[in-house]
Amino acid sequence: MSDLLQLKLMKDKTSGQIIQVENLTKKFGDFTAVNDVSFNVKKGEIFAFLGPNGAGKSTTIKMLTTLLASTSGKILIDGVSPIDNQTAARKAFGIVFQDPSLDDDLTAMENMELHAALYAVPVKEVAKRIQTLMEFVDLWDRRSSLVKTFSGGMKRRLEIARGLLHHPKILFLDEPTIGLDPQTRNHMWTYLHNANKQEGMTVFFTTHYMDEAEKNADRVVIIDSGKVMAEGTPKELMTKYKAKSLEDAFLQITGKEIRNEEAGALDQLRMRRGAWSGRRS
Amino acid sequence: MEREEILKQVQDDIMRTIYILWLRQVKKYFRSRSRIVGSLAQPLLYLLAFGYGFGAIFAKAGQGNYIQFLAPGIVAMSILFTAIFSGIEIIWDRQFGFLKETLVAPVPRLSIMLGRTAGGATVATFQGLVVLILSMFVGFRFTNYWALPLAILFMFLIALLFTALGTAIASTLDDMQGFQLIMNFLVMPIFFLSGALYPLKGLPKVMEYITKIDPMTYGIDGLRAALGGVAQFSVTTDLFALAVITGILLVVGSYLFEKIQV
Repeated sequence: MSDLLQLKLMKDKTSGQIIQVENLTKKFGDFTAVNDVSFNVKKGEIFAFLGPNGAGKSTTIKMLTTLLASTSGKILIDGVSPIDNQTAARKAFGIVFQDPSLDDDLTAMENMELHAALYAVPVKEVAKRIQTLMEFVDLWDRRSSLVKTFSGGMKRRLEIARGLLHHPKILFLDEPTIGLDPQTRNHMWTYLHNANKQEGMTVFFTTHYMDEAEKNADRVVIIDSGKVMAEGTPKELMTKYKAKSLEDAFLQITGKEIRNEEAGALDQLRMRRGAWSGRRS
Repeated sequence: MEREEILKQVQDDIMRTIYILWLRQVKKYFRSRSRIVGSLAQPLLYLLAFGYGFGAIFAKAGQGNYIQFLAPGIVAMSILFTAIFSGIEIIWDRQFGFLKETLVAPVPRLSIMLGRTAGGATVATFQGLVVLILSMFVGFRFTNYWALPLAILFMFLIALLFTALGTAIASTLDDMQGFQLIMNFLVMPIFFLSGALYPLKGLPKVMEYITKIDPMTYGIDGLRAALGGVAQFSVTTDLFALAVITGILLVVGSYLFEKIQV
């Protein structure tokens, strides 16, 4: 009982802010990927986390979603720390990753069912929800096909449907619209706005399409080289930087230089995939 | 009351996770026919080459029928390879991104690890059974069908032990670079120094100690006894040793799996 009470008190104290980040820092050896970053996300907000390649977006998302430990700083996700209390924090969010995270050797349906089990979607609702979402992303007819036969866009759509399956309080979307046609993109945002209004789902997304952020985000944070450079509603930022669009403001804030993103070990591995999968199957 | 309901719910969620990940491993295995056929070729080759090649010498040395001696060892070998490989699959899942999907799931990672491991062990046990049937075509004979459940128990324990070992190792590796290293410095020694191919009597002292710390030794000894051969140790000793080492590896494996970062 007492810990329930404590939890309630903690939630009251943090009410309004569903994500709190204070002085978050992540170092990989000498390299500081995220440098003293602080920001908050309000409950029920559609929040865009913007920055050029290598700015530290994905690293920050990994720390918010319990996949990576921070070097220093504090994070609260729905009132709990994703570092000290991983399982509780994981209950609060869903995530669509930047790179693929489907099992290619399973069918689309099996991927959905697996997710439903892992995220404890009530057994009675599983079938209905899966059908609704797969129809929504236009993959219901292909439900029995192995994912490895899907095109990049189809995989992306399936991942988005999967991310929405368990109605999380916070949905993280790391560059969700890469490789999607305008129809699907539009469709997806309609769904997100609905879930946001009806269920109060907080949406935290990154994107390189500034028009997408301008159109959909209630508030944006722009980071570069691991530091927060600007924060506010798209309108506020455009007014402040006397810009015609969010893209103009973004370019003023982060400069016009093109960034290099070093290929991580993971990307190099992916390139070797061909050689290994030949041996494997 | 409320607390009990919550506890029940948590238990259900954990069982559901274990089941679905077990199912995933099993489905994936039966879908990759080439993998099944490929992994049967090697044991068959060993049975033929060693079984017939050394059979005459083995009989001359007064040790009896070599196929009868060898078959349990080769069954265990195929289980060893399949099980380690199932554990190592974590690296592939990491590479292709699927691992992340399971790592952010709001269930204890222990249940994820257990589901994967149980699935891998089931697959490896099945593989062992197929090799056992194959060995009958090469000349292996059951002396006592009633001992089959005991044999399957040993096969499953071997499978569980090495899937957990594979999981533990794979949790600490980022890529497949280390795979050859593991094969050459861990898996092959575990196999060759286990008594799969030769009796462990009259070995040089050093070899004898090494074979005694090899968990595979106890697996093969128990399996051989269950399939009608002579046990070096006793079946109880074998069971005990396997159970203890499996327990330790499961704990170590889940600890390392818990610590995975992406």
